[in-house]
Amino acid sequence: MEYFLMIISAIFVNNILLAQFLGNCPFMGVSKKMDTAIGMALAVQFILVLAALIAWTVEHYLLVPLDLQYLRTLAFILVIAALVQLVEMFLKKSVPTLYQSLGIFLPLITTNCAVMGVALLNIKKEHGFFDALIYSTAAAAGFGLALVMFAGIREKFEFSPVPRPLQGTATALVTAGLMSLVFFAFKGMI
Amino acid sequence: MSLTSEFTKGLWKEIPPFRLVLGLCPTLAVTTTVENGLGMGAAVIFVLTCSNALISLVRKLIPKEVRIAAYIVIIATFVVAVELLMKAYAFALSESLGIFIPLIVVNCIVLGRAEAFAGKNGVLLSAADGLGMGIGFTMSLVAIASIREILGAGQFFGISLFGPDFQPFTLMAQAPGAFIVLGLILALMNIMGRPKIANG
Repeated sequence: MEYFLMIISAIFVNNILLAQFLGNCPFMGVSKKMDTAIGMALAVQFILVLAALIAWTVEHYLLVPLDLQYLRTLAFILVIAALVQLVEMFLKKSVPTLYQSLGIFLPLITTNCAVMGVALLNIKKEHGFFDALIYSTAAAAGFGLALVMFAGIREKFEFSPVPRPLQGTATALVTAGLMSLVFFAFKGMI
Repeated sequence: MSLTSEFTKGLWKEIPPFRLVLGLCPTLAVTTTVENGLGMGAAVIFVLTCSNALISLVRKLIPKEVRIAAYIVIIATFVVAVELLMKAYAFALSESLGIFIPLIVVNCIVLGRAEAFAGKNGVLLSAADGLGMGIGFTMSLVAIASIREILGAGQFFGISLFGPDFQPFTLMAQAPGAFIVLGLILALMNIMGRPKIANG
C-alpha cells in the first residue's frame, strides 16, 4: 500500500517535472513533436532508473564506507556520464535504428536535471534499494507522462493563432504552468 | 571581441535564461524568494567564472574525444567546492536551495558556455564571459523572484510589505506561478526587442 502511495505521489502529486522542476530543458526542447517526445520519454525512463540504482550503490558501498559523501556530486555525475556513453555505444552496435532515431537526445540526457535530481533525491529521502527502484521508475514515468501530454498540446499549437511575442517558448511555459496547476488537483487524492 | 563586450553580452543581449534559453530548472525552482535567487545566483557566478577560466586554461591539453567528460569533472569540482562553502558559511541558504546546488553541475548554462566559449577562447575572455553570464543570470533570478515573492507572499527579501491582512496570490510562490511568470516575462522581452537567437 505504501508503495502504491509512493508511485501515485511520484507520478501525479509531486510530478518530477511539473512540481519539482526537474527536467525542464528537454521538456521545452524536445516536446514539439510527439515522436521525439516519446523517444525521449523512453530513453529517460531507462537511463534514469539505471543511473539512480548505480548511484545508490556507489553511495552506499563506496562513498559512505570511505566517508567521502562530500564527493557525491562528482561521483554521481561521472556515473551518469559514463552510463549514457555506454548506452550510446551499446545502442550504436546492437540497435542502430533506435540509435539513429534518438539522435542527439541520448547524450543530452547527461545534463537532464531529472536524472541527477532523482539520484540525489533517493539519498535525501534515505531510500533503501527497493524503494529507490520504485521511486525512480515512478518519477521517470511521471516525466514521460508530462512530456508526452505537453507534446500533444504543442502539436495543436501549430494551428492556433498565437500572438507574436508569446510564440515559442513563452507560450510553452505558460502552458506548462497551467498543466502544473491541473496536477495540483491530485493533491486531494492522498 | 573585446573584454567588455564579452562581459556585457551576458547582461542583456544573450542573458540567460531568457535570451539564452538554458538553465530553466533552477530558475523555476529557486525563485520563490529573492534571497534564494541571490544565493543561487552567487553560486552560479562562482562556478561559471571559475570553470570557464580553468577550462580555457587547459583547453589545449584536453583530447577532443573526452572533452565533455573533462569539462564535467572540472565543473563538478567547483560545484563541490561551492556546496561545501555554502554548507559551512550559509547553512540556512544551502538548506532552502536543497538539491539545486549540486544540480548546478548539470545546469546547461555552465556546460553550454564551457563548450561554446571557454573551450575555444583565452582565459580572460572566458572569465569575462562566465562572469557576465553569471551576473545576467542572477539579475534574471532576482527579477523573477521579486515578482513571485511580492505577489506570492507579500514580502520582499523577507520584509513584509503589505501588513498582516494581505491575502497573497499564493499561486505565484508555487510551481504553476513559476512557469507562468517566466513565460510572461519572456513574452515581455520578445515585445521589447527581437531576440538574437530564435527560441521555441
